[in-house]
This record gives sequence, C-alpha cells and structure tokens, in this order.
Amino acid sequence: MDVVLLSRLQFAVTALYHFLFVPLTLGLSLILVITECVYVMTGRTIWRDITKFWGALFGINFAMGVATGITMEFQFGTNWAYYAHYVGDVFGAPLAIEGLMAFFLEATLVGLFFFGWDRLSKVGHLIVTAGVAIGSNFSALWILIANGWMQFPVGAKFNPDTMRMEVSDFMAVLFNPVAQAKFVHTVAAGYVTGSVFVLAISALYLLQKRHRPLALRSMTVAASFGLASALCVIVLGDESGYTASVNQKMKIAAIEAMWNTEPAPASFTLIGIPDREGRKTDYAVKIPWVLGLITTRSIDKQVPGIDDLVKLADTRIRSGLLAYETLAKLRSDRNNAALRAQLHEHVDDLGYALLLKRFRPDVEHASEADIARAAQSTIPNVPVLFWSFRLMVACGFWFVLLFGAAFYLAATRQLVRYRWFLVAAVLSLPLPWIAAELGWIVAEYGRQPWVIEGVLPTALGVSSTAAGNVLFSLLGFVVFYSGLAVADLYLMIKYVRLGPDQTIGHPVAAPRDMVAA
Amino acid sequence: MSYELLRLVWWALLGVLLIAFAVTDGFDLGSAALLPYVARNDNERRQVINTIGPVWEGNQVWFVLGGGAIFAAWPALYAASFSGFYLAMFAVLAALIFRPLSIIYRSKLSDPRWRGWWDWTFFVTGIIPALIFGVAFGNLFLGVPFGFDADLRFHSTITLLSLLRPFPLLTGLLSLSMLTLHGATWLTLKSDGPVSARARAAIPVFAGAFIVLFVLAGIWLLALDGYVITSSLSHDSDSNPMLKTVILVPRGWLLNAGLHPALWLAPLLALSGAFAAILLRDRPLLSFLGSALACAATIATAGLALFPFLLPSSSEPDSSLTVWDASSSKLTLEIMLGAVLIFLPLILAYTAWVYRVMRGPVRARDFSGDPGAY
Repeated sequence: MDVVLLSRLQFAVTALYHFLFVPLTLGLSLILVITECVYVMTGRTIWRDITKFWGALFGINFAMGVATGITMEFQFGTNWAYYAHYVGDVFGAPLAIEGLMAFFLEATLVGLFFFGWDRLSKVGHLIVTAGVAIGSNFSALWILIANGWMQFPVGAKFNPDTMRMEVSDFMAVLFNPVAQAKFVHTVAAGYVTGSVFVLAISALYLLQKRHRPLALRSMTVAASFGLASALCVIVLGDESGYTASVNQKMKIAAIEAMWNTEPAPASFTLIGIPDREGRKTDYAVKIPWVLGLITTRSIDKQVPGIDDLVKLADTRIRSGLLAYETLAKLRSDRNNAALRAQLHEHVDDLGYALLLKRFRPDVEHASEADIARAAQSTIPNVPVLFWSFRLMVACGFWFVLLFGAAFYLAATRQLVRYRWFLVAAVLSLPLPWIAAELGWIVAEYGRQPWVIEGVLPTALGVSSTAAGNVLFSLLGFVVFYSGLAVADLYLMIKYVRLGPDQTIGHPVAAPRDMVAA
Repeated sequence: MSYELLRLVWWALLGVLLIAFAVTDGFDLGSAALLPYVARNDNERRQVINTIGPVWEGNQVWFVLGGGAIFAAWPALYAASFSGFYLAMFAVLAALIFRPLSIIYRSKLSDPRWRGWWDWTFFVTGIIPALIFGVAFGNLFLGVPFGFDADLRFHSTITLLSLLRPFPLLTGLLSLSMLTLHGATWLTLKSDGPVSARARAAIPVFAGAFIVLFVLAGIWLLALDGYVITSSLSHDSDSNPMLKTVILVPRGWLLNAGLHPALWLAPLLALSGAFAAILLRDRPLLSFLGSALACAATIATAGLALFPFLLPSSSEPDSSLTVWDASSSKLTLEIMLGAVLIFLPLILAYTAWVYRVMRGPVRARDFSGDPGAY
C-alpha cells in the first residue's frame, strides 16, 4: 500500500475514533451546567449529586477525547507535511487560537470540576463547570472554522514566492458561511448525543426500578435539551446543504447520486440504488422539487449533475495547466511582471492541474487521456455518500420523534408509564454516534479527491515519509485504540451498573418533594 | 510592526511556550519518572498522582499549544520537524495518549494488576517524552538530513536510529535529569510524609546529574561545528528557505555569545537554578523555583545559541530553516500575535487561580474517601 492510502486510512481511523468522544463531551458538559444551575438556584442537594454522577461519566469520556485529539493535531505535521506547508498559513491559525482560547480553558478548569467541590463556593464551582462547557464549545468552533476552510477556502490566495496559500482576509476565514453552519450543526449533534446518553441510561434505571429520583430528573433535562438540539441539528444540516451547494456542487450531486442535470427545480431521491458503472440510479423513489428547494432556495436555479461537473473540471484542469506552466517559468525569472499577471489569471485553477500529479509527476506533459482521467477522479464514492447521508438523516428525524415523545411524557409526568418508550430510549443509545460518524463520512469522504476543495488534492498533501513508518503507526493506533476502547467501555459500564450512589461515594440525596410520575 | 520584528517576537514566543511547557508539564513528567522511587505502596502512589491530578491536563496544553503555534507561525518547521522525526513523534504521541489515561483510569478499579499496569504506564510515559525532547534538541545542534524540491516539498533521510547520536543522547539524559529534578522539587513541595522526604533526598542526585551533564554538553559544543548563514538574507521578505547559503564553521554555535557576551547569563542561570534547588531544598517553594529556573534557562541557552536557526539541514545546509525564511505571512503573524496578547494573560490568570485553589500539600485524607480523586 502506498503512503497516500495508508495516511488517509490512519487519519480516517483516528478521526472517527476521536469523534466518538467529542460529541458526548460537548453535550454532557452543557447538561452538567444545566443540572448544576438547578442545584445552585434551588439549593437541593440531589441536583448536586446528579451533576456529580454524570460528571464522573463525563470525566472518563473527556480523558479519551483529549488524548485522542492530540493525535489529530500532530498528524497534520507527521503525515500531511505538504498540506501543513501549503495551507499552514491559513489553517494553522484557527487551530492555534483554539488552543489559546478554548482548549486551555476547558483543560485547566476540568481538574477543578472534580477536585474543587469542597474548595470552592457553590457559584465558584458552577463557574468552573460553565468554563469547561464554554471551552469545549469554543474548541468546536475553531476546529470547524479550520474544517470549514477545507470545504470552502475563502479569504486566502496563492503566493508563488512561498509556494503556498496565504491569508488575505482573515474575517472571511472566520465568518465563512460553511464554517458557521457546520459549527451549529456539529455542536447541536453533540447536544443530541449528550441528551440521548442521559436519556438512555436514565430509562435503563427506570426499567430496572432503581435510582428513580435521579433518573426522572435527568430524563426531564435530557428531554427538553434534546428536543431543542435535535430540531437545531436538522435546520442547520439543511443550511450546511445549502452552503455546500455554493462551492461543493460535486459533493451534493454525489450525495444525491444525481448523474445528469435535471430541469429546475430538481427532485430529491428519497431512496434508490446508485450504479457507478452505469451512471444511473435504479429503483429511485423521487420527491419532486425538494432538492432544488433545499440546495438553491429557489425553484428556477439548476442543480448540476455529476456528468456536467466532470466537464467543468476538464475545463478547469486545462486552465490550471497554464498556471502551472507559468509558475515553473517564474521560478527562474522571479521578477517578471508579465508572467505574474499571467499566473494571476489562471491561479484559481492551479489546484485542478495538481490533480494530474496522481497520474504523472511531469504534469506539463499531460495527455488528453490523463486530463480525462483527472477530471473523472473528481467524482467521490457515490454509493457510500448516498447511503451515509440517508442513514444520518433518518437518525436525525428519529431523534426528533424520540425527544418529542420524551418531552410530552415528561411534561405530563408519565415518563414511567410506557415501557415501550423506555425500551426505545435505551435502544437508541448507539444511534447518535452512528449518525455523527456518518456525518463525518459525508463531509470529509465527500470532499475527495480534495483535501482543500479545489486547491490541493489529498494525494499531494502527504508527507514524504516511508510507507513502512505509516503502516507501523497505523497498526500502533489500531492496537492502542482498541485496547483503550475496551478499557473505556468497561469503566463506563461498570459505573452505570454501580449506579450513582457508589459512583459519587455516598447515597444520592433524597428529594425534598416527591415527584409524581 | 515590521515583518522582521514580528518574526523575532514569534521566535521569542516559541521559546516562551516551550519554557512554559517544561516548567509546568515538566514536573508532571518528572513526578512520573520518580514514581517507583518515592512511592512504595498504593497510598503513596496515589499521593504522587493526586499532586498533579488537578493540574496535569492544563499543563499538557502548553505542548498542544506549542504545536499549534508552530503550525500557525512556522508552518515549514512544523512540516519538517513533525514528518522528519516521524517515529519519535509517534512515540511522544503514544506517551501523551497513555499518560492521561494512566492518571485517570488507574484508581477507578481496585484490582492490583489493573493499578500495577497503569503505574508502569505512568512511569514509562513520563520518561519517554522527557528523553525524546532532549534528543530532539541535541539533533538541532548537529543538523538533520533534509531538503526541499522546487515545489517546496520537504524530503528527508532521517531515521529513528540516525537521531540517536552521542551528543543528542547526552542532551536526552540532560533533559531527563532536568525534568526529574523538577519533579522532585514539586513532590517535596506538594506531598508530605515519606513521599516528600524521599523526593527531597532525590533533589541533590538529579540536580548534580543535571549540572554535570550541562557542563559536559557545553564542553562538547566547543568541539562541534555550527551553522552560519553566509549570503545576504532579507529579514523582511516572503518566507522561502531556498534562497540563502549556509556553511559549517568550527565552534559556530558560540558565535552569538561571542558577539553578545550578555548571552552567557542563560547558561549561568541554568546552573544557578540547579544549585539553588539543592541548597534551598529545606524551603520547598524556593527549591521548586530554582528547578523551574534551571528548565527555563536551559531552553533559553539552546535557543539563543541556535539563533537564527530553527532546524539546520546537514545534507543540504542551504535549505536549513531559519527565523527569517520559515515563518507564516506577515498578516498571519500579526493576527496570531493579537490572539496571544488577548488570551495569554487570561490563561496565566486562570491557571494561577487553579494553583491557588489547590494550594498546599496533598495528604492521604484528601483522596482516600473521595471517589473523584485519582
């Protein structure tokens, strides 16, 4: 296997793994703020114990999130060195600001969350908990600003003297519409994950007829927080679809398995079987108008299909080749103004010429066949995207139903009345993780063959390191991470089984009032 | 602010971040390295771990932030050092993944095999990064084989074994003794009873080792060739590390100190810090500040000697990365400096607050009844 494939595999494995822990941190940290707020405001100690119990589970998860997150930052340097050189000027800044503004805050304060109960005032401790939650959420903001730029590289331009992308407008990077939509979509998905986690474990306790005061209260918090978040995920997911349609038309077309441009407004394929060879989608069940409405917010604009986008890529590759050739001439004649002007004209397509590097290193001698192959290579894996997207969306709608029911039952104090509801809540536990991983696949696998959309092909971003090294580290990660997953799950299950009384070291405070249920 | 000054400021900030990492996370690593010696039973081991329990997570962020700052301000250095030192980085990474978990997971179960495994992990993951950071610094003085092609794509023939040369191994031990000393002064300050007494007894041993290794490394430097830029190199131009010439000069790393004798203060302070740690070991806070000074001044010594080099190339010296041709664009350096000026004071403030809240030594009663403790 070559370095590109191994590095991509390693990134995918470590990112998907890291993302098992992040959403729960995001959601649970806010739920802790909510429950502790209730404690501070009402003074009822049961809410402190609720905070402590979910806090213990939060701690186990948080450690894994932090530990596996460092891998992500390192990999841009170890495995994607040319990427780091090529876009570090733009991409590095949000990562560094994430450290300064967010990661430092959450990591410094999280120690006090566990060790500060007796050393801080009630309000003081609440501020610490809020600091951890704010830190985690701002962390997500900066990471998604960085990621949003990979999808929609605004506010930067290519500098031929340094052979890299450089920031030209930082505000554009910051307020990138893709990043903003992604941020809310992702953190809201995290809140859903936290809510499902609390809902499912509380439902389990109710089914087992134990820890009822804690379970009922936790469930009520999870139901309301979860319902708001689940709705938010869907609305902002739709917004992500719209922003993607501005510059990632190929991703949209692939998700929809839309081979040919349809007359506006395009119909949405609810389900079907995409056929990559035949370039058609069999057994498609279509809903008229919906795709056009979602992606263009209009009824008259067209959504381009895959075949038309390949033709467009072909044109851009030819234009990019002109930029590439001019760049080569500039190296020996650095101050030639005419060459610089010529480069400027085609530089936006330079990335498309770099697509050819996968097929031949001497890009300037590319044949017609090479250009055709490079243009074809801009099509991502259609069936994988098609199905990942649909499963993710199905999960999203299920969460709205689940939390809607939970909210209604909590509001009418019937949470323990229907066994089927509690069973459904418990069985839903794995779904937010599945949805989150699928979402990552849609966003990042759907970006292929680009690592920076339209600017840098993934295959070019790798380090010039020996394949053996990458294989070694990849195997290392698989072994380490599998072991850690076992330890993490074991501890989680153990603490859930032990229940809150033993987890926090004393019986959960008895409620002052009995909740009718 | 001129591009030249911005680059200087960012070079200094890089030093500040490395020093902050060594001074804070350094005692975490050092405490881990001392675990088998200072703690003889389960309660004592928990005492050691709980001294760093509330703060290690924040401390480790200095390293993460250091990585982020190199990425944003010195992307060429980030690409070259992280991919060039691939397997060494992987080892550091493995240590950074396992060390936190050994702290958090260890006391969650009472099975002695479980605890024994995590104690061993804690010890090893304390030593490995301390050694590797020192070895990496030693290699900067010798240069490593790398270069760039016309697209500025980094290539190198560095292997893990090729990094383990005599001088870097010496600096690796130097780094290990320095951080273990720092761990010893920390544990003297933050624990009580036998753990504190054993840590106190370890101070002269590791401070002595540090002083001997530091002087040895200094003498060795006299025999090494240093890298010197011989062509003109604009301090204000776009970053491209291919536009200069560099040669090797005997005793080249002493040239900076020859030009500016005040730079000799750095090594002097490093040694004074270690002596202070020994002499003031009955006043634990001062002793701890002494070892912190030793860490800070040692990093400053290395940085000032290497200046303006960040990563010299032994195979293609002209491609060496320097302060003047490996930075981000002026705009990025400005934006990042703004972010640092806003957030660094905040970080220092809340970090200081956390240390204040958790002040005083950790005693057995602080953790024995608390299931949240490590």
